Amino acid sequence: MGEFKVHRVRFFDYIPSAIRTMAFNSQTERLAVARADGAVEIFNFNDNFFQEKVIPGQDGRAIEALCWVGHRLFSAGLNGEITEYDLENLRPQYTVDAYGGPIWTISSNSQGTQLAVGCEDGTVKIFAILEERIQFQRNLNRHKGRIISLCWHPSIKTEMELLVDRATGASKNKEVVVWSVGYLSDHTIISGDSAGKVQIWNGLTGTLVRTYLVTKWDVLVLSVSKDESSVIAGTSEGTVIQFQFISSTVDQHDKEWVRTRTFRNHSHDVSALAHTDTAVVSGGMDTQLVVRPLLDKVEKNTQESALRKIAFPHRSLVGCAKKAGLLLFQFPDRLELWKLGESEGHGKPGDRLPVKRKPEKLIELKRKGEDHICCSALSACGGWLAYSTVSNVRLYRIQYSNTISINKVSKLPKELRSVHQLCFSSDSSKLFASSCQSSVIVVAVSQQECRYLHTLKHKTGSRQPVHLLCASDDGKWLATANTDCEIHIYNLHKMKLHCMVPVYNSCPTTIAIHPVTNNLISVHADQQIFEFSLVQKEYTQWSRRLQTQGLLSLWLERDTPITHITFNPKNLDHIILHDTYMFCIIDQSLPFPELNAVLWNQMTLKSLPVSQRIGQSHAFKICKSFQHLMCVSLLEDLSLVVVERPLLDIMSQLPAPVRQKKFAT
Amino acid sequence: KSIVSVFHDILLDKAFKATVSSDVWKVHCTHGGEPVVLFQRGAVRLLDSLLAAPQQPIEEVLAQEEAIRWSAIIVTETQQFIIITTEQKGEHFLYLQRLNPNSVQRYRLEREEPGLSPLSFSATYRDKHICLLYLYPNGHVYQSVLSVRGLGTEEGVQALPLPRSLLLGLPVGDGQLEAASAMALDEAHVAVVGVPHPSTQICSNSFELCLHHLCVDFIVSLIQLWSYSNKVFIPHGKTLSIIPFECPKSSLASALGKLKHTKTEGELNQTCHTLTPNSVPSWNNILHGEKAQPSKSAETRRTVSWISVFANSEFVIVHTVTAPVEEIQKEVEGFLTRAEFQDLQPSVGQLALTLVSRSLADPAFYSSSTLAQLVHTRCLCHSVCPDLVLLALEKKDYFLCQLCLQFFPDIPEAVTCACLKTRAEDVKKASAPSQLICPVGLHKAVLINEILQTPYSDTFLLPHLKDLSSQHVVLFLQYLQFLYLKYSQDAFPQMEGFRSPSLSQIMDWVCLLLDAHFTVLVMTPEAKGLLLNLHSFVKSQVRLVSELGKIEGSLQELHKMKAKESIGQYSIEIIELF
Repeated sequence: MGEFKVHRVRFFDYIPSAIRTMAFNSQTERLAVARADGAVEIFNFNDNFFQEKVIPGQDGRAIEALCWVGHRLFSAGLNGEITEYDLENLRPQYTVDAYGGPIWTISSNSQGTQLAVGCEDGTVKIFAILEERIQFQRNLNRHKGRIISLCWHPSIKTEMELLVDRATGASKNKEVVVWSVGYLSDHTIISGDSAGKVQIWNGLTGTLVRTYLVTKWDVLVLSVSKDESSVIAGTSEGTVIQFQFISSTVDQHDKEWVRTRTFRNHSHDVSALAHTDTAVVSGGMDTQLVVRPLLDKVEKNTQESALRKIAFPHRSLVGCAKKAGLLLFQFPDRLELWKLGESEGHGKPGDRLPVKRKPEKLIELKRKGEDHICCSALSACGGWLAYSTVSNVRLYRIQYSNTISINKVSKLPKELRSVHQLCFSSDSSKLFASSCQSSVIVVAVSQQECRYLHTLKHKTGSRQPVHLLCASDDGKWLATANTDCEIHIYNLHKMKLHCMVPVYNSCPTTIAIHPVTNNLISVHADQQIFEFSLVQKEYTQWSRRLQTQGLLSLWLERDTPITHITFNPKNLDHIILHDTYMFCIIDQSLPFPELNAVLWNQMTLKSLPVSQRIGQSHAFKICKSFQHLMCVSLLEDLSLVVVERPLLDIMSQLPAPVRQKKFAT
Repeated sequence: KSIVSVFHDILLDKAFKATVSSDVWKVHCTHGGEPVVLFQRGAVRLLDSLLAAPQQPIEEVLAQEEAIRWSAIIVTETQQFIIITTEQKGEHFLYLQRLNPNSVQRYRLEREEPGLSPLSFSATYRDKHICLLYLYPNGHVYQSVLSVRGLGTEEGVQALPLPRSLLLGLPVGDGQLEAASAMALDEAHVAVVGVPHPSTQICSNSFELCLHHLCVDFIVSLIQLWSYSNKVFIPHGKTLSIIPFECPKSSLASALGKLKHTKTEGELNQTCHTLTPNSVPSWNNILHGEKAQPSKSAETRRTVSWISVFANSEFVIVHTVTAPVEEIQKEVEGFLTRAEFQDLQPSVGQLALTLVSRSLADPAFYSSSTLAQLVHTRCLCHSVCPDLVLLALEKKDYFLCQLCLQFFPDIPEAVTCACLKTRAEDVKKASAPSQLICPVGLHKAVLINEILQTPYSDTFLLPHLKDLSSQHVVLFLQYLQFLYLKYSQDAFPQMEGFRSPSLSQIMDWVCLLLDAHFTVLVMTPEAKGLLLNLHSFVKSQVRLVSELGKIEGSLQELHKMKAKESIGQYSIEIIELF
């Protein structure tokens, strides 16, 4: 296969934002996660936990609570506003001020007709949920102290249960805060408080039934399973503790709440929890989303029973100008443009070359306004840079003479307003921007002006946002993918829809068009790979063979999606793709691995003499030397760029966790 | 005449009362079956049908002067049975009465020594058979198996002889048991309680070994024994002893207290009839705390003769006492091919014992190949047949010795040393002083090699080693030196399947021998050269090891250097994919 020079980059200082709260919609199997920076992410639990949507955050929007009402998503936060999100255009649809100070909690009744919010001033406000908006209905009696948590009774229409933070604790001089409550159909109330207790109450008589001291610190969050047989509690120690409503001995019929399992998957506070039918989903200060299947609910030793940790976004935050050797790093509040270093001389495999010129940060571009950056693009020549927030798009011209100059293109066409994805054509003459209702806006960019050309639209009627854009090298084709799993191909010469790739039932995680054959490669959330010929409008022979033979289970069981594809201009058979833990070069000229073959066979091949390697090798060349990958790309000089972001580096920048007693400390 | 009263099970108010026309012996009631009334004269009625017509005529089943001694009810999947034992003029009979449809079969119990009546009966049902266990005052426990299917058609007219087999012969000493009770716990275990002997025992009936034993002073003459959910209940006086038990699967190895793979030498002197390892810790402690009484089982074992469960092995054993060598060989060969492996253990031990004792008694008789065959079954160990190795040594049967050393896990150090001590006639006179000529003959060398590989414990072995003469020690050391040189020259030619002592085993024996005999060796002129040679070995080895230590130090340093190199923020590397 050959040698590669690898630029191993570890200076992308990406720090994910802490998870603040989450809400699971069991109807649609979607999990909404709110981060501390105000961003909201939607994960599809039906499709390998793919992060299909990201609504960027905003300065000052501190979301404290999320709530699904059918397909609608509401949030409330410390800015005192209730926000409903436009999940098709990935932006807040409207906000309503509750006039009660910061809002700590939001909850809808089971019929989906009313929203209740708990405010700083001690009021609970009820809003009626109408089509397209919400309307204030009434205030409930004011309590002393802020309302931290509230919960509706699952079936009774009229009243809700709420608990305020000034509940009396065990010791008189220490104030105890009830951080979270749960209300069950049988009027059992479960509370988690700052004294580290989970308490079970009889809601009819108001008596305490059972107290479990689970931590020395706080119980921050509770979540009740849909069938009300299990409750999970998240603590400041990073543990999640499960309680189950079971009979404590085998032959006993009366059930009680019993502490059963403890999960330790977090290093910091667990501030968000969701109890799905089969798993415990948790998140918190350590920024990772953890899906821990309950082994009594799933089949053992299957992919379904594996623990999943989602540490990185499922889309690329790194742009690469292949011709210029530049890297663009996207942060919520800024962009960084880096020039890669250079090395001296040659070396053997395994060597580290002396660095002649160090990498250099060329530009750090702070965004304007309070909306966070949602997407960015760097042209292949490195001369153009664009980014977008939910409110506007900015385009910059970068010139490299002795010094670097960056100039904002002042007049942009008005169509470029709110976009989800940006992409330059390979000759840098056009900018593509995905806009509302899956449409794509084409803009011509040149030294003189920036001119609107066309809006490309498809005909399927899907209104879901386009999350992937890809233009072919010859400038003829543009491929788009939306979260309805549709991939549309547009002919840019005719400026119209060319065809649609047959819809596959898993969302594409990345797409790319081959520079020579113009075949479209798509990789999906379920790890399947397809190759579609744009000219013939059908799947290629290779793709059919791959589907017939099937991918190895080791490939299918990887738990991070492929987020980027590049091609090797020197060898047209090579497709380079990567997930978080490996990159892989697929050689289309080689046979697929047999179903009983070893997928990761690099060590075996290395140990064999050259003559025997051909017989042993197969199409998947996997390299695991680099971990926690944010980007793998091939530059024009055929050197690889590998951007790593070690999780340990992220951990080291998080605030210290609560002190825990460990042995000999 | 008798009055039958039926009580309500909660209120205990008398609910029903009926006067029947004959005397009732017992009302039998068991879980899963209807209550059954047994009359003194042997007739049987279901309670319901009796209450429906209390004054119905009751027939007489038993003969004149025949009296019920014991009765029990057995419930099978489909039927209920009443078992009655009776006595008539010193003869004992058994009635198996089937209910619904009623039929009865009469059996005659075989006579024991005149004047002895069974002390206790117990009946259990398993595998479509009723298993009757009965105990006589002379300590004999018999078992009779009755099929529930083939009940005779000619109703109880004739008393069929009841076949029986002796299950256990309990040692009763001089006297006889006054009162006792025996009960089968499972297929392989019997619980016995009695006065004055054998107190309480749980016996494994396939090996006739007493597994548990405890002494309780019974003051009552009526002794009863029940078992329920792995507990034995024994009432005595005003107290009730409840003894939990476990019936482990029996095997000779576990009965002997050691399994084939355990090679701890310390266990050797343990008696072979101690508790099985996985049984309840100690019966004595349960009842008597620390003042456990010395086990009587040694006596048990001596007095009880071995009754093999296999008819054919019995025959072979009887044969071995008299037949000539060739015939025995043929018999044993046949027996070994016929028998199942699991069944072999007791018989093989018995066979070996018989053969060895015959050989010891009759110097002309010695059957090497048969013994080798028995050893090869791997069912034997030294504790079972302690004289075998010494017999082989005496007969200079080095091959058998080697086999024993190889297959017996429990050869005592004394015997190992005895093997070493055998006069080596085939000692070569070391004509050339070269150390590369084997100082002993081939047979002896093979035997020594095997000895080197036998497990041992230093503390037990050393005293026996001291008994070796200095010539022996010198010769042995020479051989060890030869082995050592051979190994270091040929770069350890360890071949697959070829049993040879390891280098460390050789060195251990050299050390042991020197430890035991150093002072003597220093004074022995012949040993001087040898000792000097060994000394130079050790010196060179020590030098080598110290040099290796230095190399290790530098290599570790290298290791540390590599770990220090960190990746940093940026690097350009070369990788290769294949």
